[in-house]
Amino acid sequence: MAFVALGPQAPVASQKPTKTGRVALYLLLPGLFYLGLFFLTPLFSLILTSLKAPSPSGAIGRYDVALEIGNYGFALGQYAPQIFRSFSFALIATVIALAISYPIAYFIGVTARNRPLLKGMLLTLVIAPFFISMLLRTFAWKQIFSNDSWLLNTLKDVGLMGADSYIIGTDFAVIFGLVYNFIPFMTLPIYASLDRLDLRLVEAGQDLYANSFTTFRKITFPLSMPGVISGTLLTFIPISGDYVVASRDFLGSTDTAMIGNVVEANFLRIQDYPTASALSVLLMAAIVILVSAYVRRSGTEDLL
Amino acid sequence: MSADFVARGQDLELESIRKEFPGFVAVDDLDLKIPAGEFFALLGPSGCGKTTTLRMIAGLETPSAGRILIGGNDVTDQKPHQRPVNTVFQNYALFPHMSVEDNVAFGLKQRKVDNPQQRAQAALEMVELQHLAARRPQQLSGGQQQRVALARALVNRPALLLLDEPLGALDLKLRRQMQIELKAIQMEVGLTFLHVTHDQEEAMDMADTVAVMNHGHIEQMGAPEALYDRPKTAFVAKFLGQSNIFVGEVAEADDAKLAINFKGHRLAAPAARVEKTKGKVAIGVRPEKTSFHPEKPASDPAVNTLGPGTITDIRFTGVSNQYQIEIPDVGEITVFAQNVGKSPVVELGAEVWVSWKVEHSFGLADLPTGEEEVAE
Repeated sequence: MAFVALGPQAPVASQKPTKTGRVALYLLLPGLFYLGLFFLTPLFSLILTSLKAPSPSGAIGRYDVALEIGNYGFALGQYAPQIFRSFSFALIATVIALAISYPIAYFIGVTARNRPLLKGMLLTLVIAPFFISMLLRTFAWKQIFSNDSWLLNTLKDVGLMGADSYIIGTDFAVIFGLVYNFIPFMTLPIYASLDRLDLRLVEAGQDLYANSFTTFRKITFPLSMPGVISGTLLTFIPISGDYVVASRDFLGSTDTAMIGNVVEANFLRIQDYPTASALSVLLMAAIVILVSAYVRRSGTEDLL
Repeated sequence: MSADFVARGQDLELESIRKEFPGFVAVDDLDLKIPAGEFFALLGPSGCGKTTTLRMIAGLETPSAGRILIGGNDVTDQKPHQRPVNTVFQNYALFPHMSVEDNVAFGLKQRKVDNPQQRAQAALEMVELQHLAARRPQQLSGGQQQRVALARALVNRPALLLLDEPLGALDLKLRRQMQIELKAIQMEVGLTFLHVTHDQEEAMDMADTVAVMNHGHIEQMGAPEALYDRPKTAFVAKFLGQSNIFVGEVAEADDAKLAINFKGHRLAAPAARVEKTKGKVAIGVRPEKTSFHPEKPASDPAVNTLGPGTITDIRFTGVSNQYQIEIPDVGEITVFAQNVGKSPVVELGAEVWVSWKVEHSFGLADLPTGEEEVAE
């Protein structure tokens, strides 16, 4: 649903179904089978687990099939701060990533449009981080931000940081890491939109008495909305469930735990599978609601 | 900004405008003056610099040198949105994310004009599209989009309206209809129109004045009739309609006429219709001013005669027939004859003489080069 925004804008007149439509249907079957097996089955299993009750034997990690709706109430009550933090971090990181990515995407897609070499180099730079494992890159930032690092020592020496202040484990470090990791996911869809932007429309805007800022606001930006929507979704959704950056092993601390960290702890350490599953289902439901509201708003409202 | 609508169009003046792109000169020291309220056509083949000239006037391209004045004001350094100029773009450039009405109201809103939507409605009424105001541009046909583009520009009552091959994407019938409408609208609103096109019929049909452009400069400028009747360069003679052109040394030149020796034939032109009187001179004549005869015409100093030759091709084009006549040692000559039942009945291969009145000859300032050449 959400990823419709990724493709080119739909043609006005839909094509009439033809015989090839049937072939397309057959070609779709493997995909449907894949989705059924690897999406619906785990989802069903997850919902089933989220409703389980502790085994009467009292053994740790043993649960019986039940209809324990209370698991959801418990998860919500117990982990409200982490849920709230997840969405706040995701929102802040998405906004920052958008602010950083849009000018980059504009430069590559519009300014460098007629310079293929420059364009290719810049696009390579945008996706270059993917060549290195995300874990390694995040770990590198942990070292850069660690208490005895060159960066922190310098900042302390010049008085920009207090002698006993730190970065690792703070909200700043986590949001920084999230923005850093997801910038390519924001930049590429916006670039794809801006690359297709018909610059003659921008000229028409200028010809019709709109200055550069107004032309951007009323023409360039609205026409790049498909990319902006795709980019924000590709950023916001994974960040909401991210558990690497905010974990204690990387840039976070217990004070920065997000839903992903709580789910991980409940599944792998406490072995409280129903609560972990309930949290997962809640996260998914919240994302579906937020995202559909967002897409509907940006899709049907007049973009001006 | 208040709405400073100009009641009428203003004049445009280009003072030695020059535009260089890396590796070539697109517009070469161009001087041009278009009086207020005129329908002016800039005509030329693609790559002649006409679109670059238009874009410089709109402010979308910066001249390398020279000045642009609109209504006496120097606008050379003004941004596009500061100029009292609107453009109808070649591909219309309608905003796809706005309704037709919002497209038309866009310029008015930017200038903070009162009742922009009402004025947009009125402009759409003028182009008879008020019933489509709520549609998106991509739901309209090419002709309708063209009219929206026209309404979007005209509604601002610019001092100067620029038209960049606006009819190029339309089919022939629609193009003829739009030409008539465009001309009617221009007369009605009294704006200055600058129309850029490569279609000579379109330019001659609509414009008060036509300037023929080639290689970044204006070859000749004038009323369409004058340009057609007396082309001054080989390029104009061939670009505006067809011409038979003959090159030879000047044989005699006096106050009344000039004659050249063209491969043993004496071809004359009135002295008032020649540009050059020494050395090699090119003399031309329009195919419809030329006629052919099955017998050798009697010698007459008021008539130029060539022949005999054979008819190699006859093409029926409706109102006229087009004949190709191959004359040994002379080359191929084109003759148009109106289908009024008076032209001699001839067949392919028939032997004929070609003649035209001396008064219909024109002498060119230059000699035809390569492509334009017919016979030498």
